[in-house]
Amino acid sequence: MSEPLLSVREIHTYYGDSYVLQGVSLDLHEGRIVAILGRNGMGKTTLIRSVAGLTPPREGDVIFKGRSLRGQPPYAIAQQGMAIVPQGRRIFRSLSVRENLLLPTSRLARPSGAAAADGQRKVWDLDEVLKEFPQLAERIDHPGAALSGGEQQMLAVGRALMANPDLILMDEPSEGLAPRLVQQIEEIMKNVREHGHAILLVEQNFALAMAVADFIYVVASGRFVFHGTPQELWGAAEILDHHLGVSGGGP
Amino acid sequence: MTTSAILQAINGTSLAALLFLLASGFTLTFGLMRVVNMAHGAYYLLGGYIGLSLAERTGSFAVAIVGGGASIVVLGYLIDRFLIRHTGDNHLAQVLLTVGVAFIIGDVALAIWGGDALKVPVPPFLRGAMELPGGLVYPTYRFVLILFGVFVGAVLWVLYRKTQIGAVVRAGVDDREQVSATGIDVDRLFVLVSAVASFLAGMAGVVGGAFLALYPGAEWEILVVALVVVIVGGLGSLEGAMVGALIVGLLDAYGRWLLPEFSYFVLFGPMAVLLLVRPRGIFGRES
Repeated sequence: MSEPLLSVREIHTYYGDSYVLQGVSLDLHEGRIVAILGRNGMGKTTLIRSVAGLTPPREGDVIFKGRSLRGQPPYAIAQQGMAIVPQGRRIFRSLSVRENLLLPTSRLARPSGAAAADGQRKVWDLDEVLKEFPQLAERIDHPGAALSGGEQQMLAVGRALMANPDLILMDEPSEGLAPRLVQQIEEIMKNVREHGHAILLVEQNFALAMAVADFIYVVASGRFVFHGTPQELWGAAEILDHHLGVSGGGP
Repeated sequence: MTTSAILQAINGTSLAALLFLLASGFTLTFGLMRVVNMAHGAYYLLGGYIGLSLAERTGSFAVAIVGGGASIVVLGYLIDRFLIRHTGDNHLAQVLLTVGVAFIIGDVALAIWGGDALKVPVPPFLRGAMELPGGLVYPTYRFVLILFGVFVGAVLWVLYRKTQIGAVVRAGVDDREQVSATGIDVDRLFVLVSAVASFLAGMAGVVGGAFLALYPGAEWEILVVALVVVIVGGLGSLEGAMVGALIVGLLDAYGRWLLPEFSYFVLFGPMAVLLLVRPRGIFGRES
């Protein structure tokens, strides 16, 4: 197997005084979706923040495209091809939909000029993103604050795609969305994978993670207690019951 | 009576133009980085003194304005980079530090320019009075100052609202962390915004020093009024600085005219009432 796109190696991360991630490791290959499942407060968001450099790990290392991210500030990590769809969407509220989408294309975000686009992969620009999310096109000049929760989530995903990243970190994209919109998020993630982007997904929504992920890790109290394919997870009755509150027995 | 009322309105508006130059920079640096820089008044005074010396050497008011602003850009960068940056998000430390910086700047200025009130010389075509429509006679300089304030305000507004760099700054005011996660070095962006703020403060000193005069202590008088502008308008809002400057400028002018014994109360009384109703100012937002 080729070198993983992202390799998290034995990281320990503290949030203030609390010891949140207690030595976790994972690999993610190009064009794959890896999901982290677990209950609230188990360290899922901290994992995303550790990878993005927002809450750097105290020990261990994160390797992205073969290079260590240790000591690098979040903006430098993002410029190497990583985008984030954060928990709570964090749309820029006073910016219009268009300004939100164009922000990652600012020259300040790409000092070297052209990032991304390694030939075969689709290049996302404003037109392509609006084709993917027609509901954003209708509201292109509205301020971010005026969007519904579902529209904000689409905007958060669209904003991440505009950076043409190799890896998208998604933190609970289904949170607070109606089932129909969760369905749409699922379609979008599969579609994004088709185009060759890798996704690291952190979720509480078991069904969504099982539907999209190629590989799953289950986190409990800052450690991984399971890793395997969705099929294998269906077989792990104790994990399902104990850590995810799902009764096993196959799909 | 009506003539006086109109003259006071123009007086207030010209003071508003000056206050806007100072308050806009203060509010944008605070909005983007949550940095409270109390040395802004000292930047004003020092910029004015440097402009004064330049005007006396070169005889050019334009050189004075640009030179006064540019020298404060350099000074402001050094103070940001080597002093304020170390305070992180500690506002109390920032206030104490920058008040100390302001005292040092004030003392250095006293040693160089002395304790007398000095005025920056203005070019002949801006001296004297002009006749406004309706037969009003008004000092030319203060009237042109209004036009200058409107011009600077318009330029800043277009940069802030209509350009991509402006959008990046607004995004930074909204959510600094998310901007950096988008690949933008917010510290570098701040250097740019801070340079604009410093330039405006230094330039304001030259422009203001031509009619309010420069003297030890002037930095605190102007700072207090500029802070009222920022608080009334709403911290972090450019539009707030515009509207706040106009309100404070007019209150000050009418207060001095109608209630000279209570002119400070006329300024701070309405501010207190406004803060009871809108604690974040007119354009302030929940954070």
